[in-house]
Amino acid sequence: MTQTIVIAEMSNNAVHSSTAELVAAAKTFGGEPTVVVPCVDANQAAGAANMGAGSIIAAKSGAFTHYDAKGWASALDAVVPQGTLITGASPQSKDLAARLAARRGLSVVQDAVAIDGNNITSPVYSGKAMQTVSITGPAVISVRSNVFAPASGGAGEPTIVDTTGDVATSVQEFMARASERLDVAEANIVISGGRGMGSPENFVHLEAIADTIGAAVGASRAAVDTWEAIPHAMQVGQTGKTVNPNLYIAVGISGAIQHLAGMRSSKYIVAINKDADAPIFQHADYGIVATWEEALPVLHDSLKSMMG
Amino acid sequence: MPNIIVLVKQVPDTNAKIVVSGDRVDLSSVKMVMSPYDEFAVETAMKHKEAAGGEVTALTVGGAGADKILKDAKAIGVDHIVRVEASQEMDSNALQTVLAQAVTELGGEVVYCGKSAADTGAGSTGPGLAERLGWTSVSNVIGATFDGGFSVVTPSGGDHAKMSLSLPAVISCDKGDFKVRKPNVKGIMQAKRAAVDVRSIEVPASSITVVNQSLPPAKPAGKTYEGGAAAAEVANLLRDEANVL
Repeated sequence: MTQTIVIAEMSNNAVHSSTAELVAAAKTFGGEPTVVVPCVDANQAAGAANMGAGSIIAAKSGAFTHYDAKGWASALDAVVPQGTLITGASPQSKDLAARLAARRGLSVVQDAVAIDGNNITSPVYSGKAMQTVSITGPAVISVRSNVFAPASGGAGEPTIVDTTGDVATSVQEFMARASERLDVAEANIVISGGRGMGSPENFVHLEAIADTIGAAVGASRAAVDTWEAIPHAMQVGQTGKTVNPNLYIAVGISGAIQHLAGMRSSKYIVAINKDADAPIFQHADYGIVATWEEALPVLHDSLKSMMG
Repeated sequence: MPNIIVLVKQVPDTNAKIVVSGDRVDLSSVKMVMSPYDEFAVETAMKHKEAAGGEVTALTVGGAGADKILKDAKAIGVDHIVRVEASQEMDSNALQTVLAQAVTELGGEVVYCGKSAADTGAGSTGPGLAERLGWTSVSNVIGATFDGGFSVVTPSGGDHAKMSLSLPAVISCDKGDFKVRKPNVKGIMQAKRAAVDVRSIEVPASSITVVNQSLPPAKPAGKTYEGGAAAAEVANLLRDEANVL
């Protein structure tokens, strides 16, 4: 049996709920996973309680104030037991996974969506194919969110261990993102507009629905390339962000292959497009052949009454 | 003046349809191109050279077929093109070990690469290479400035952070708010004549092997409705059937 260690997924210095999914992924290897929480203050590790861990280590260091790849990898390496390491698959966690693996001379498998014994499956070619690899001995595995049902129970009290890291960068300044909205890569629901929206001003209709259901607003590459008012940060697709929400609503998006690459793994897909032959409909669970002007007001009213 | 290295990888054209034959992806009829994020790495490397001097070397690992993307980089303006000869599949540990030796041989002081390659999407190479070299790394960089020290802009907790760092470092590049330069006719002519510096480095054994590749499971056919009024029913289904609201 392989000893497994979960590196807790952190968000704003708190343990993110997806950490419980990582524990569930680790449990597929058998045994009781240890969860290591990178924290500045040991109180931040409280969030790892009841996530199914066999034990919890609060790895406490000033090095964890801001993400610094070298600093985090060195500070964690000093306190993380040997074995197979499981991390989240956010951009930061994948970066950390790669550094930790290299530091220990291990190989890394990124974006796991299934684990079966020593066989690990990940999407490749932007989700156009799936690849299963076999690992020999310990490895570092980053696991996508919304794949494993969260574990529960287990350890509550962390053991606090002080550590130090070799931080090599310094933050000069933080620059607020142009938009206060949810990031498409982090949202459970994403509503995206394409060039079919007609003009960037019409994205207010998407924003209104987003506000009702707590969604992030995304855009196709065509929309981002056509309109300066639509920033690249909103772009979903191969050269934008890859999203994996529970619900993806595509409005006025035809479904170019590079857009599909960024959103096809969404759990449910709704497509609204006036062209019945748009490729997006082949990937939609629910398709509505209509203009956005017809469909969005109806959708918004229905959602508003549901959300009370 | 910095010795600048940019890593480039040959991948299938991102608009290509991926087909599977047997238990492997079949790329035999797919056009191969430089991985899209590598184009931002090449552009940032060229900007670094313009600001600080030095020379830019484009480096890849692969067979002779990969010379094409090195020539593409040469046409854009890099000074040297180097390929480490390799034909076998490599896991991240093997590839990074080879790259670390190549960067050391070439005397690199800063390495640029794409944030991930369009085939694996893993994004392991930049940070893993940096760790092996004992260097700093910053990933998903969307901009870099070279005046009065070296600083990069990267996403951080929903915002952007401008970070200063010192060399040596590995910088993995995301799409930034800038255009990438295209080759001109002179560059293309020079690239045609340019010789690839082919090197051989011993490849360590891999502990990860590919078992199979397959197409993603097809989704069951969805429900399609005509007319905007159907949005009300879809909203109900999202709540009652899909349970996502």
